[in-house]
Amino acid sequence: MTDTPGRAAGLQTSATVLTVRQVRDYHALTLVAPAVAERFRPGQFVALAVGGADSARLVRRCLPVYEVKPDYGGTVEVVFDHRGSADPGTGWLVSRRARDRIDLIGPLGRPFRLPRDPVRCLLVGGGPGAAALFSLADTLRRRECTVHFLLGGPTAGAVFGAQSAQRIGDSATVVTEDGSLGEAGTVREALPAVIEKTGADVVYACGPTPLLRAVSAVATEFGLPSQVSVEEFLRQTAVCGTGLCMTCVLPMIDDDGVTRMVRACADGPVLRGDRVRWGDLGTIPFDALGAPRALGGAL
Amino acid sequence: MTDLTTRIGPLELANPIVTAAGCGGTGRELARFFELARLGAFTTASVMLQPRAGRPTPRAAETPSGMLTAMGLPGPGIDAFLERDLPWLAEQDVPVIVSVAGNSREEYAEVARRLNAVRTVAAVEVNLAAPNVEDRGRMFGRLPGPAAEVVRAVRTAVRRGVPVLAKLAPDVTDLVNVALACVDAGAEGLSLINTMTGLVIDPTTLRPALAGVSGGLSGPAIRPVALRCVYEVHAALPTVPIIGSGGVASGLDALEFVLAGASAVAVGTALFRDPTAAPRILRELEEALSDRRIGRLADAVGLAHRPPGRVPPQISPRRGAASPGRVSEPEEKLP
Ligand SMILES: Cc1cc2nc3c(=O)[nH]c(=O)nc-3n(C[C@@H](O)[C@H](O)[C@H](O)COP(=O)(O)OP(=O)(O)OC[C@H]3O[C@@H](n4cnc5c(N)ncnc54)[C@H](O)[C@@H]3O)c2cc1C
Ligand code: FES
Repeated sequence: MTDTPGRAAGLQTSATVLTVRQVRDYHALTLVAPAVAERFRPGQFVALAVGGADSARLVRRCLPVYEVKPDYGGTVEVVFDHRGSADPGTGWLVSRRARDRIDLIGPLGRPFRLPRDPVRCLLVGGGPGAAALFSLADTLRRRECTVHFLLGGPTAGAVFGAQSAQRIGDSATVVTEDGSLGEAGTVREALPAVIEKTGADVVYACGPTPLLRAVSAVATEFGLPSQVSVEEFLRQTAVCGTGLCMTCVLPMIDDDGVTRMVRACADGPVLRGDRVRWGDLGTIPFDALGAPRALGGAL
Repeated sequence: MTDLTTRIGPLELANPIVTAAGCGGTGRELARFFELARLGAFTTASVMLQPRAGRPTPRAAETPSGMLTAMGLPGPGIDAFLERDLPWLAEQDVPVIVSVAGNSREEYAEVARRLNAVRTVAAVEVNLAAPNVEDRGRMFGRLPGPAAEVVRAVRTAVRRGVPVLAKLAPDVTDLVNVALACVDAGAEGLSLINTMTGLVIDPTTLRPALAGVSGGLSGPAIRPVALRCVYEVHAALPTVPIIGSGGVASGLDALEFVLAGASAVAVGTALFRDPTAAPRILRELEEALSDRRIGRLADAVGLAHRPPGRVPPQISPRRGAASPGRVSEPEEKLP
């Protein structure tokens, strides 16, 4: 179909599968999607329809982009977790083979905001979401920023991209809870020392919600801005990825000080860490705009 | 060329494909994928008097051929809607059906009254699946009495000439009775169906999957239920125009609704999977009609109610190729 502006502009494409491979505990899927690759900015995601053209699976899978490359006119590589998952949607993705087609929408969402000056950046990641940090690192380096990594996870297999981080980062710290890779410990425990050692001016993060919460809190303690991508929350709540359905909302403090429910897919996935009400995720805070209290306690 | 124009009471639509309430965002999100002018009409999410945050997450769970949602009718409230969303929609060259909801009959009427301030509302759809605070949170559309009261209040509040449509959910004992009551109360059309209530339990947490516990089931899973509702109501009220909806994902799905008695067809959750579903379904419907040598959409409305034997030429069920039928020319009008 080429008769719609969105399709003509490449926002929605039938992308050809190039490879599906396992990377540690995760799967990486590379798709040929030139228009998406061309417009992609670090922090954006893609939404894949699963189950094929005749499928009645309505929920798109919103996945972080690891890298875009110019090969074959432009490719996009996404990373996801299918370990022990009962999700037939990611199971379908895992079983794709070269030349299969997948309906893809992207790039979607707001990207990471980039610093104007060549500052020291700390990139913190965990889970499959860490994948989103590597294209960011490239972009930051092109702007002559220094790039430091802090990656963590429960086990070695759960840490995505440790080697790439060693290679391209000015420094790379890896922590695992069981000590099977890098130092034993959690990102939260390691973060203050890494901030001090690297002299970070700004903190970027992507991954599981508890990690983002910790990063935002520590960054704020140090007086640093944090840009976090709510990758896991989006993956768990999103239905459409395009801002239509309102299923992916989380409470965030707006510029006017009022808490509003914002869409992770369309208003995020990259948000200011200090503005997200992490403790209230999965709730409607009583003081949020339009919270049930405003209805006279009726609901 | 197939004549796709259709009427919902006094409202004429260029084609029968409309968006379902709450499934097309503010319109801006869909407009990134196609020009809204290609729709028969755009239906807004249900607008309430006050801004409303809705339910906590998780709000959705995937189910076989569908999804369960407990959104809690989130929205900006009528003031922000009139200031921000409606003016933008009015510029899109598409009829706008504004869905309204309330916690009480008075609130429905007040929201509807505020719409009179603008000239850009093509129709008002009354979402009768909203929870009625005075009825332990059960929906207004559950019984003919409360449904009719709400419709009457909205009809009185809305300027004459702007049709009022009643949108009903299938979780009722006697849908035809509720529909009749709404029409008696002044509804010029019916929108069938809203989601039906369901439950999903998460085997990991051992708790309901949605924060709202139960939710509304939508998607292809409810299509047969929706078709049955349209068929029954059309049989009972053949002159009342119906917007049919419930799991429409293709042109043939839309055709089924038309044959059951729908004058227009709303596309809902299919938009989440495929934001360009509406123009695609329209094109497929047009093909399906011309494959069956039906020149006017209006001629197909309710065709399934004709007695067997009096059907257009037989064609293979999934596609084009007409084979010589046993019976009449498609153009032939029935008495
Ligand atoms: C994403 C999505 C958005 C939609 N938006 C709209 C829309 O804007 N307008 C429209 O007409 N249709 C819409 N639909 C169709 C439809 O889902 C209904 O609006 C729906 O039946 C009720 O709204 P809800 O999904 O927000 O669920 P909820 O309001 O959470 O209701 C779910 C069920 O619980 C009941 N319920 C809700 N609150 C209470 C309470 N306090 N006490 C007891 N029971 C309660 C409801 O009656 C309903 O049966 C939408 C469908 C989807 C999938
Ligand atoms: S996933 Fe649908 S609005 Fe965000």
